[in-house]
Amino acid sequence: MTEDAATPPTPEHASRTSRGEPSTFLEAIAEALFEEMIRDEAVLLLGEDIGEYGGAFKVTRGFLDRFGPDRVVDTPIAEAGFTGLAAGAAHVGLRPVVEMQFMDFISPAYDVITNYIATSRYRGAGAQPLVIRGPVGGGGRAGPFHSQNVEMAFFHTPGLNIVYPSTARDAKGLLKAAIRSDEPVIFEEHKGLYRAPFLREVLPVDDLVIPLGKARTAREGEDVTVVTYGMMVHRCLAAARSLEEEGVSVEVVDLRTLLPLDDDHIMESVRKTGRLLIVHEDTRTGGIAGEIAIRVNEQAFEWLDAPIARVTAPDAPVPYAPDLEDAFLPDEAEIARAVRYLAKY
Amino acid sequence: MAETAEQDQIMEPQEAPQVELDRYSKEELHRFLGEMLFYRRFEEKAEEAYAIGKIGGFCHLHIGQEAVALGMIGPLREDDYVITAYRDHTQGLAKGADPGAVMAELYGRDTGTSRGKGGSMHIFDVEKGFMGGHGIVGAQVPLAAGMGFAIRYREEDRVCVCFMGDAAVNQGAFHEALNMAAIWKLPVIFVVENNEYGMGTAFSRVSALPVVDRARGLGVRAHHVDAQDIVRTHAFMEDLVEEVRGGAGPQYVDARTYRFKGHSMSDPVSGTYRSTEEVESRKKEQDPIGVLRDRLMEAELLTEEELEELDKEARARAQEAADWAEEQPDPDPSELYTHVYAEENEHGRLYFDGRDREED
Ligand SMILES: Cc1ncc(C[n+]2csc(CCOP(=O)(O)OP(=O)(O)O)c2C)c(N)n1
Ligand SMILES: [Mg+2]
Repeated sequence: MTEDAATPPTPEHASRTSRGEPSTFLEAIAEALFEEMIRDEAVLLLGEDIGEYGGAFKVTRGFLDRFGPDRVVDTPIAEAGFTGLAAGAAHVGLRPVVEMQFMDFISPAYDVITNYIATSRYRGAGAQPLVIRGPVGGGGRAGPFHSQNVEMAFFHTPGLNIVYPSTARDAKGLLKAAIRSDEPVIFEEHKGLYRAPFLREVLPVDDLVIPLGKARTAREGEDVTVVTYGMMVHRCLAAARSLEEEGVSVEVVDLRTLLPLDDDHIMESVRKTGRLLIVHEDTRTGGIAGEIAIRVNEQAFEWLDAPIARVTAPDAPVPYAPDLEDAFLPDEAEIARAVRYLAKY
Repeated sequence: MAETAEQDQIMEPQEAPQVELDRYSKEELHRFLGEMLFYRRFEEKAEEAYAIGKIGGFCHLHIGQEAVALGMIGPLREDDYVITAYRDHTQGLAKGADPGAVMAELYGRDTGTSRGKGGSMHIFDVEKGFMGGHGIVGAQVPLAAGMGFAIRYREEDRVCVCFMGDAAVNQGAFHEALNMAAIWKLPVIFVVENNEYGMGTAFSRVSALPVVDRARGLGVRAHHVDAQDIVRTHAFMEDLVEEVRGGAGPQYVDARTYRFKGHSMSDPVSGTYRSTEEVESRKKEQDPIGVLRDRLMEAELLTEEELEELDKEARARAQEAADWAEEQPDPDPSELYTHVYAEENEHGRLYFDGRDREED
């Protein structure tokens, strides 16, 4: 597509890289959406208040002007309906990206996602490749219905992919890969990362696509492996930096994609350090730590020098009161304490 | 054929009639004004507290919609049920929740209505029949049908009033619930607080039919009311509640109102989705407090001094709630583990987070 006088302006926040400017996590997501919409006319956006209003978090500000109402669709508040609609459109060749205004509101669409979208290929119907993206996570004093992480509600469903990036670069590259993928992808964006100044970075100018299903080593270390994702990557990195001063060398593995899990990457790190801590912001029972622990048990037991430990949110809804929410969310001190325990074991 | 025509007649949406002031005593009318002023001042206090960080997260104010809360809840008995969405502070107050406890909840304090765990969108006072604020758009509508079901099941003469925003009528849950209410003749009054907008999207952009017509295909009788007029709204609801108590079955009310503030405290008042002029003109012409004040003054039922006195009282009550909330303790972090299950048995339930085990 060529830009001419008749083409409305490119949204400024979705084109920082082309001007050599750094992008926040949120801007990186906007860029991914923008670039994929330019690349492929089958890509369209659906969601509540995403057009005229620009989205609850303003990810799609200016997109309606640029792409028009057929490609930036303000939906009614009807998650089951518009997710089903997106699945149908995907089934016949479109590439819809659905925004959940908050991922907590994915629940009305649970049926179509787990029964239909996830099993479409298996049922002989062919793929329904769509992306369902939106904000997750606590720390904003937003209470029980606007702070949840939704990965484990879907982790148990074969046929889905779940992506949960922790940096601007990964957010952009993984979202572009998700849109191009022939799999249905649930894409979680932690609200606390959206505008975090420390995540602003100048992104590569070339087409940034990061493959799904691959973890990354966020920090190399020798003594203890910490496997984590999302916001917790940054808390683990902070803990690792302070532990360094105590002489404990921590390796931090950022999963990036939760489903499918990158077993090879996890095992390689565990075989090196012999000690594993798993950290997630999601609640404890049925959390991803349990699945990772059993996989390590199956694939790397002989390399372990200590029991596998986890630091997670407790089994409770996300509370509103600041003191309670702070106590709810795993913090740097707790992570450091668990690492010390493992290192000494 | 005749039956169908009659059916059609019944299903034609009815407008709530204009009501003369003499339906109410002067004291009653002053009470209406005083209550609405109190709701307004309460919300302004919340706004103030939010601005200085005493309230966090999402906070949706009811300013401009006070007559809906008072007019629809005022005619109810204490044992009737009210259930609503997340714009829930004043409905709670109207149903009898303690203002201090509501404010303490907004402040995230231990003595708040949900002990600080829910916040603004989750105000409850079950003893007073206030069955809560609900943050998932449309999700409370089937719950209301369930309360209606329980009333009928136990052969009680209570009613349930279910509030929702205009945007909620596009949720599947709305349609499923109204159909059930209709087939089982449940004593539920579904009130749409039609302020014409969702968060930042005009209702007309996401709905092919106007609010009032959305219940017809489900077999629930529809009404509409100018809900900026408290006298009309209150009188209409008094009659409707008695009908439903008497077995008239579910009702659907398009309560026409307007939101004067942004969707939540983190949203602008106007912008891409509605103009500043529109908001200003509605505030000038359709402020429920202004409408009643002008009508009373015109009828010489209210003096400037009386108005001032009522407002002073309203401010004092709001201030008292804020002062009380201010003094309340924060919840202890150990409260994280309470109220998750009925029984708090450390060894029987997996709410234990196991953190201590990682102590060195
Ligand atoms: C299921 C669900 N989807 C989306 C949201 C986000 N959201 C909260 S309020 C709102 C607008 C609702 O508007 P309306 O029902 O008209 O109520 P009003 O805010 O006008 O009182 C949206 C989109 C939500 N809370 N729940
Ligand atoms: Mg509305």
